[in-house]
Amino acid sequence: MKRDLFLFIGFAFLILLAPQLFSGGYLMNVLVFVGINTMLSIALNLLLGYAGQISLGHAGFFGLGAYLSGILSTSYGVDPWLAMPLAATVVGLMAFFIGFPILKLKGHYLAMATLGLGIIIYIVFNETVELTGGPSGLSGIPNLKIAGITFDSDVKNYYLIWTATLMVMLFSLNLAGSRVGRALRAVHDSEVAAQVLGVNSRILKVQIFALSAIISSLAGSLYAHTMTFISPASFGFNFSIELLTMVVIGGLGSIYGSFLGAALLTLLPEFLRGANDYDIIIYGGLLMAMVMYMPGGLVRGIPALFRRLVTTKKGEAGHA
Amino acid sequence: MLEVSGITQIFGGVTALNAVSFSIRKGDITGVIGPNGAGKTTLFNIITGIYTQTAGTVSLEGKDVTGLTPDKLARRAMVRTFQNIELFGAMTVLENVMVGMHTKSSSGLLACALKMPWSIAEERRIRAGALKWLEFTGILDLAEQTAGSLPFGKGRLLEIARALAVEPRIILMDEPAAGLNSQETLGLATLITRIRDLDITVVLVEHDMELVMDICDRIVVLNLGTKLAEGTPREIQESPEVIAAYLGDDD
Repeated sequence: MKRDLFLFIGFAFLILLAPQLFSGGYLMNVLVFVGINTMLSIALNLLLGYAGQISLGHAGFFGLGAYLSGILSTSYGVDPWLAMPLAATVVGLMAFFIGFPILKLKGHYLAMATLGLGIIIYIVFNETVELTGGPSGLSGIPNLKIAGITFDSDVKNYYLIWTATLMVMLFSLNLAGSRVGRALRAVHDSEVAAQVLGVNSRILKVQIFALSAIISSLAGSLYAHTMTFISPASFGFNFSIELLTMVVIGGLGSIYGSFLGAALLTLLPEFLRGANDYDIIIYGGLLMAMVMYMPGGLVRGIPALFRRLVTTKKGEAGHA
Repeated sequence: MLEVSGITQIFGGVTALNAVSFSIRKGDITGVIGPNGAGKTTLFNIITGIYTQTAGTVSLEGKDVTGLTPDKLARRAMVRTFQNIELFGAMTVLENVMVGMHTKSSSGLLACALKMPWSIAEERRIRAGALKWLEFTGILDLAEQTAGSLPFGKGRLLEIARALAVEPRIILMDEPAAGLNSQETLGLATLITRIRDLDITVVLVEHDMELVMDICDRIVVLNLGTKLAEGTPREIQESPEVIAAYLGDDD
């Protein structure tokens, strides 16, 4: 328990120190995206990695958070600090009520149902032009302000987003290590055994689905208020799949894994930019290799790789 | 303690159970036996709320519990184990038993995520309780191992420890001796009598006749979905119907 706390404090310290080490607005901007994607991966991981329930529609919840908060603050003059929790409440309630019928489905059927949900939400963004601006997007979304500071620069946004991300991380780490987290993992491993021990799996799955949607919505609202412009293209099916990839590559059932997955998948395209047309091929190849050789994700694969390197070194030393 | 009456289960035209009735006395170890396909596991699945029967009622401690889901039955102190143990394989042995304390704890999602003082205190209580049951079943030394890596016999003990953490007043075990060697079966027999000594009513479906005859106070015999006989081990051993069903009829 103590160790977990020190790990988190160390992690938070590094994150908050990063802007002092790296300069350059562009990198800060990319790291803002790493933060947003970390929140989203954690949200999906709570559902997929812990409770074992897939969702291919999480970009939809992300988008709803962005649009609801964006529309409320831009068209109706609601303060962004109020618009964000309002959006999260609406999205949470929606997920809660959709969750009841949808989470009765299992495996591929649940994947299809959530996929459909994501697509419907995406279509709504495109078609309700008077509200959302349609395919050309919604612009002029106000920045967040607190005590006279407007979050309008990359460094300020970095601190804003990462404060939120660290809070989401701590919240999720606590949850994962609690009776609720154990019940979720139990449902994942054997739903019938969990029920027999008194876990109401039906309610629990709906609760975690709603929580996951709420976190995604908050990430969406923060995205809208830092970018000041949103369009449906950011919230399509592709992005749902990208989130799923982040969770799997990072490590199912690990909160730090979600950070690693989000960091890798957000940074990799930036590093590969130099490879011109080959970037997609390298990107795809790397992902395939990682799934093949690190089936437990980066969070388990990297320590295993280290251990192997250390033992090989020792072995060589022994021979010499 | 537990009463089943007129339980009938029809699976797509096949009658798996036909108007089975019996009652289980508080504090007894009751064995449910019968040849393969007699409907023992189906009966267990109905009693524990996993299947919904075509007809009939189940009552627990005098209250009708027909159609209640397994989690509601756990809150009424009924728990079961499975023939092919259903462990939470990715979790540690200790965590498995901690899940068993679910109904004995109440911190909600937000209290847990925000680490409220009462949820921290409760977590400590859950851990202590779980350790106690690991000690009771003799697998305390395995607490930090992954449940999925346990040998079958230890897994069986873990499943029982986990069920006991629910603090049941009645426990149903589906073939607890299946897959155990003779040494482990002996240990199991002792464990079951120790569970009974905790004032927990025990019902077991079992094929190991020696075990059943040794430890059971009463036996219910099922054959082809109907109740064939009910009585003490001695009465059952001497019952002509039971002998006929097990050894085959002469005519």
